[in-house]
Amino acid sequence: MNQTNKHTISLLVSNKPGVLTRVTLVFARRGFNIDSLVVSKAQSPEFSRMNIEATGNERTLHLMLTQLNRLVDVIHAVDHASEDVVQRELALFKLNCPPEKRTEILQIAETFRGQTVDIGDDTITLQVTGKSSKVDAFHTMVNSFGILELVRTGKVLMSRGKESTA
Amino acid sequence: MAKKMKTAAEVMLDVLYESGVRHVFGIPGGNSIPIYDALTHHPLNLILTRHEQGATHMADGYARSSGKPGVVCVTSGPGATNTLTGILTAMMDSVPIVVITGQSVTPNIGLDAFQEADVLGMSFASVKHSYMVTEAQDISRIIKEALHIATTGRPGPVLVDLPKDVSATLIDPEIENPENLPGFKDIPRADPEDLRKAADLINRSLRPVIMAGHGVVLSGAESQLRDFAEKMNIPVATTLLGKGGFPDTHEQCIGMPGMHGTAYANKAFTASDLIISIGARWDDRITGVPENFCPNARKIHFDIDPVEIGKIIPVDCSVVGDARSSLEGLLPLLVPGDLTRWNKQVNRWKKDFPLRYRKEGKLRAQHIIEELAKMAGTEAVACTDVGQHQMWAAHFVQSEKGNNWLTSGGAGTMGFGLPSAIGAQLARPESLVYTVVGDGSFQMTLCELATAAINKLPIKILIVNNRYLGMVRQWQHMFYENRLTGVDLEGNPDFMKLASAYGIKGFRVKRSSDVRKTLKAALAWNEGPCIIEAVVEQHDNVFPMVPAGATLDEMIIEAPRRKRSGTGEEQS
Repeated sequence: MNQTNKHTISLLVSNKPGVLTRVTLVFARRGFNIDSLVVSKAQSPEFSRMNIEATGNERTLHLMLTQLNRLVDVIHAVDHASEDVVQRELALFKLNCPPEKRTEILQIAETFRGQTVDIGDDTITLQVTGKSSKVDAFHTMVNSFGILELVRTGKVLMSRGKESTA
Repeated sequence: MAKKMKTAAEVMLDVLYESGVRHVFGIPGGNSIPIYDALTHHPLNLILTRHEQGATHMADGYARSSGKPGVVCVTSGPGATNTLTGILTAMMDSVPIVVITGQSVTPNIGLDAFQEADVLGMSFASVKHSYMVTEAQDISRIIKEALHIATTGRPGPVLVDLPKDVSATLIDPEIENPENLPGFKDIPRADPEDLRKAADLINRSLRPVIMAGHGVVLSGAESQLRDFAEKMNIPVATTLLGKGGFPDTHEQCIGMPGMHGTAYANKAFTASDLIISIGARWDDRITGVPENFCPNARKIHFDIDPVEIGKIIPVDCSVVGDARSSLEGLLPLLVPGDLTRWNKQVNRWKKDFPLRYRKEGKLRAQHIIEELAKMAGTEAVACTDVGQHQMWAAHFVQSEKGNNWLTSGGAGTMGFGLPSAIGAQLARPESLVYTVVGDGSFQMTLCELATAAINKLPIKILIVNNRYLGMVRQWQHMFYENRLTGVDLEGNPDFMKLASAYGIKGFRVKRSSDVRKTLKAALAWNEGPCIIEAVVEQHDNVFPMVPAGATLDEMIIEAPRRKRSGTGEEQS
């Protein structure tokens, strides 16, 4: 129960001010750091969907899930650690890119099906989408060119097939 | 004919009244004037308090003693922040209160307006739920939801922040506005499979004990618990908040377990092979270091709140549901075994290690508390403050019913004793209400003497005066080589003069031999509140005591005997 793992929690919550604070307080109170957080409108405008990635031990995580579910504004909160779900993330990488490196960078981007969204004399901005692990791998590949800026959306996920996510 | 419009504040009071609320506790301010204006011509009874913390504890005492929600109405800014202590107290002990706070007019919110505070934001960490009303027509829905949330499932405090412009807005009171709580979970019903598993563990156990908590009282499961305990012949311990959930006078009752629990409860827990918690949350004042807590006993946990399952102590079996219906489901599955030997053993501990105190020398706090409780009887409502006197009251007040014992357990809020008794007396005007307070804790909310006096509430206020913050002194004495700091309450007022300053009756008792006579006079006094100041031995410590971090079997059962000094007074 005490091993540390990465967890992806999806929540369906009321679409109201303050709900995000109530949710993040549950994590903060036990000193759990949030690795990524995505909030968006759900299919019904009454609700929002949250995807939270956090690392910590199983027992604390279990406690937090029950605490999240106890919140009146949380319709439900589910951990997807071991489930088969579709998960995606989008990242923008602004790289140091002198003309002589351009071809090499573009080749790597090609391999990862990255898209060029901006290009200048010495910089290039690439968009990469896919599983978080793919974004991680791309990050490793381009690190040596010099990353000027990096922004990731955080993980979003959805259950496969007819199953509803949470 | 034009429809009759009402302000949102008036509609709010109507909804409260229709829901059965009769008293509102609070003190007004600029941003709650529209609410107080509506109160001028409303059947709801305003109990004007002298401080907002007092108002929340009154609502809390009202709720604990009656089972009905207590309602508070205060202003914004400091008025609202003053309620936070009372909200925490209610949250920790699962008490249904609704706190309505005035707020700056909507356009000023977030702009540091006069007496503006983000009380909604502050509330998040210690409420069951909270609201900001931004649309006047939402008021009836929100108040209905607030009452529903506060009282349903595991009870708790709900805060409603109400801006001044919203409360003053005229609305059509007839508008249909049903509750809408898609995220509010239904009360779980015990899973039959869990019940079967629990029954199996219980049926096979040789040395079981029951730990009954506040959940028994909150769900009104007293008779189901009694049926269970008597059918199976299992000793029952009641936690500080569970007191009264099982009669203290019952031969199977072993009192309170834990840090200041009875020696026999702690010995029974230590020797037990199965601890059955019903509506108790394995508080650290009982379990100490969780890993070392009764490692040889299996544990079953009945609780209405899934959060509590496994939170502190890993359990062998859990049943999520309301205590009463869970016990009703459990009862037919139980097969009594022969627990004669176990009960003999427990009874021997009861005989060998009774709660006792020295009666020689100066007046003892335990003596006057025990005597007051006896003379008041078990139908009376007993309130306490927080500290040594609270533990002594837990030891020596005999409780037979839930809702007759009011104390701040989880939060341990000093200042709870007097205002909670005021709330209880208003909820139950026919009952005798007394409160045991320390000289330290009493002074935290003593301004509410005015509230008790003006409403002519015949509360008996027993001030156990040892001129110390006694519990802290006890710790400094026992664990910090008696380096006393910040505990001497030199400068206490003359409590008799204080009583007369508020126009209330005062009694003072200094000698053991005067206890009965004084209490008799105080109990006969019914023209408003009275103070009974008991000037007691200063250096008494609460025993038994399990030192922090130790296990239950390492408890110190009695104070070590000490040499007496020339003055005849005990030295500490």
